[in-house]
Amino acid sequence: MLRRTHQDAGTEMVKAISLTIALIALWLTLSGYFTPFLLSIGVASVLFTVYLAARMRLLDDEAVPVQLRPALFLYWGWLGGEIFKASVAVCRVILSRDMTLSQQLIRVPWDQKTEMGRTIFANSITLTPGTITVETGDGAFLVHALTDEFTGSEGFEEMGDRVTKVEARHR
Amino acid sequence: MDMSLIETACDIATAIAFTMGSIFLLIGAFGIVRLPDFWSRLHAAGVIDTAGAELILIGMMFQTGWDIATLKLILIAFFVFITSPTATHAVSNAAFVAGLRPLDLKKDETEETLGDVPTAAIPHRSGAAASPGTTSGTEGNA
Repeated sequence: MLRRTHQDAGTEMVKAISLTIALIALWLTLSGYFTPFLLSIGVASVLFTVYLAARMRLLDDEAVPVQLRPALFLYWGWLGGEIFKASVAVCRVILSRDMTLSQQLIRVPWDQKTEMGRTIFANSITLTPGTITVETGDGAFLVHALTDEFTGSEGFEEMGDRVTKVEARHR
Repeated sequence: MDMSLIETACDIATAIAFTMGSIFLLIGAFGIVRLPDFWSRLHAAGVIDTAGAELILIGMMFQTGWDIATLKLILIAFFVFITSPTATHAVSNAAFVAGLRPLDLKKDETEETLGDVPTAAIPHRSGAAASPGTTSGTEGNA
């Protein structure tokens, strides 16, 4: 995996602060205790973790994806609806009497500019029942589809466009 | 009066989510048994770990009231949402690299997408081209 090692100090600072906030929120959620002793242990662990992450040069777009637009949450809502529709379609295939499959490995082109965007697109395809991203090639994914019903290129294009919209704040 | 009305609404929402989730889980489990090969069974597993698991978790969220347990359930749902496609992709990619292919492929755009690189890594492709389906179909036909 190719990582960008050179990013400016400001971006790294933003990512360090974001990671600190996220880890404190995670600690409070999972602990649920607000005694001074446990809170101070939590703060110490979070600071130590952020220090280690910075030392390992993990504060990049992949580990702390704050470059994504907040509209990602709306995208997840839309994706939930798509998952539901596709699940119903797969269930219909499973329950049909003769269960006619037409399995295929198809090419789905991507146009995302960042690795994170491509990852979100590929994972969205896999999350939707009926299609699974098998491998990525030059400019396209290899996708396995269960029947013809799941191979419509408009569906993939719409999903790809929505991912492109959330992948980065600045272009 | 007002509180009990909200509780009733939550109970109804839970009942709907649990019922639909259970139906997805049952059909997915049925599909894993019924579908013919590894690749099609992956899709049945996909129904279970997306629609099935998430609907059960949403049903539970309505029962906790709004407290720390709800946040923990949201965290679980989030992690399932991120890790299940990763695991599915890891399994399918491993099968693909090992040379397993779906039964009765209607359309195969592997060459257009990946070029000739991965085919060299697949042993049965070069030698056993005359008997396609022997590697991919043995488990499914049993």
